[in-house]
Amino acid sequence: MLRVDNLAKKLGDFEISNVSFDVGEGDYFALLGASGVGKSILLEALAGIMPPDSGHLFLDEKEITYEKIQKRRLVLVHQNQSLFPHLTVRQNIAYGLKCLGRTREVMRGKIGQLAEAVAIEGLLDRYPPTLSGGEAQRVALARSLAIEPRCLLLDEPLSALDNHSRHELRALLREVNRQGYTIIHVTHDFEETISLANRIAVMEKGSIAQVGSPQEIFHHPKSEFVAQFIGIKNFFHGRLNGTECAEKATLRTGNFTTGDLNLLVYTDQPPGLGHVCIGSDEIVISTGKPSSSARNIFAGVIKDISNTRSGIEVIVDIGREVAVVITPESLVSMGLSYGDRVWIEFKATAVKFFPK
Amino acid sequence: MKQRRVDKFDLVFSILGGAVLLFVIAPLFSMVIKTPAADLVATAAEAEVQGSIFLTLWCSMAATALFAVSAIPLAYLLARKQFRGKRLVIAIIDLPIVIPHSAAGIAILGFINRDSILGHAAGYFGTSFVGGEGGIMLAMAFVSIPFLLSAARNGFLGVPVRLEKAALNLGASPLRVFLTVSLPLAWRDIVSGLVLMWARGLSEFGAVVIVAYHPIVTPVMIFERFGAYGLKYARPVAVIFIAVCLVLFLVLRLLARERSDVAR
Repeated sequence: MLRVDNLAKKLGDFEISNVSFDVGEGDYFALLGASGVGKSILLEALAGIMPPDSGHLFLDEKEITYEKIQKRRLVLVHQNQSLFPHLTVRQNIAYGLKCLGRTREVMRGKIGQLAEAVAIEGLLDRYPPTLSGGEAQRVALARSLAIEPRCLLLDEPLSALDNHSRHELRALLREVNRQGYTIIHVTHDFEETISLANRIAVMEKGSIAQVGSPQEIFHHPKSEFVAQFIGIKNFFHGRLNGTECAEKATLRTGNFTTGDLNLLVYTDQPPGLGHVCIGSDEIVISTGKPSSSARNIFAGVIKDISNTRSGIEVIVDIGREVAVVITPESLVSMGLSYGDRVWIEFKATAVKFFPK
Repeated sequence: MKQRRVDKFDLVFSILGGAVLLFVIAPLFSMVIKTPAADLVATAAEAEVQGSIFLTLWCSMAATALFAVSAIPLAYLLARKQFRGKRLVIAIIDLPIVIPHSAAGIAILGFINRDSILGHAAGYFGTSFVGGEGGIMLAMAFVSIPFLLSAARNGFLGVPVRLEKAALNLGASPLRVFLTVSLPLAWRDIVSGLVLMWARGLSEFGAVVIVAYHPIVTPVMIFERFGAYGLKYARPVAVIFIAVCLVLFLVLRLLARERSDVAR
């Protein structure tokens, strides 16, 4: 439905280049990237607020790169309130409808219907400065939906909200998407992305690093940046050496070297350069040398211990720093602390190899 | 009990500030109390005085209204657009404030006299700027327009660009965005600019007296009575004119505040 082809734009310190992706009808497409990566510029270029320096935009196969902003029907919802402070909530929602020349009757019906959909019936006569952050974003959403846009562009719409409103608004966005609206959502929050999007583009330094479903991105991160961004800690570049079985497309054990480290890998890929990921919850830590069947066993020193959402993260230096997640109970029972010598082990199947 | 100590800093600054206040109030106050009520009543009844005050008010109002039509769009451009020579334009529009008003009057006179293009055009319609209401308005507008321009420009600068973008994004044309978003949000500053421009225009003496001694505006009449009959005869006109202006400004301010309160 919306195709972005090789878009580039430079604006002060921000720059985006080589940005290409496709958004399908009804997609919830998330653009994920750190702040300052140029995500907002990209959205503004899509909305027509800023023309790109080069590249093309197609909406329903029609080029809209230089189409006037008011003709696009790609409506942007900002992180910061962009409600008109001198108009009531009702007048704000009616704004786009008036531009379309709708009659009073049609407007009244539409406003009532939208107010109910986003649960702001009681706020219609209030002025925006008196609304809470969550209420304001609901109104902004209703105002954008009023003109029945071809696509909603959301610029970090949830980042200024408290936890409760954020959860409510996420549910609302999923509902809007279910009703058939295509959404492009810019965010730096991976958790937000996986709870909402069916397709994700990860942005790195002004270009798209990877596009795919949440599963693809999570299980097959293409670069160290992507891996780190989505919270995968153990990501190593290196080379897969001669495998024990020569035939391709058969699973076999290989030897992966990264720096001074040799890891055993179970893979169907031919030898060559690439990277491996090891899930930090698939690594076992122990204070004595383990005697299990795992073939990747290393000794190391604890460099850091910290609390995370998924448990206690222990960083062990085995020549490369490896993150291991354990439960708080294990931490206490093993009595681990900074500088301790420990052993870690993981199976060859826990090491995922991705060729370059 | 807590003892209140007077801060030395506050004390010194209050004394200095009070002196300035006194300097502004004292001459006006003394002028008012030195004017007998009987003189005021008699002067207010003079047809010449009434006509002059009416002329001054209406000319300054018309000048403000006419020039606002193009000054407000110019202020918007200066607030929003970047172009070559923008700083020069800003310097030029402040020029009327810094040049002597008699010089401004001479410049305007040269611009509208019977030998100029504007003068010819006026003559074609059987009228003349020089010595007429048109000339008075031009002289008033020339010296007072910077006040409107800078107030309106500040007002537009205070309107967040993202709101204008949001309106465009919702399908509004640039003109509609200007009328429904930029103008209402800058309205408070624009109104205070309009009031300032009008006030500056109706109090103008130097430029107006050169362009049109007659019909006589009130500042010129005050000067004329002072020159011909002295302080005693000039005072009642001055007091009446000041009173009329003060009442009008107060009313306007109140109206403007009410409007913007509704808008907030």
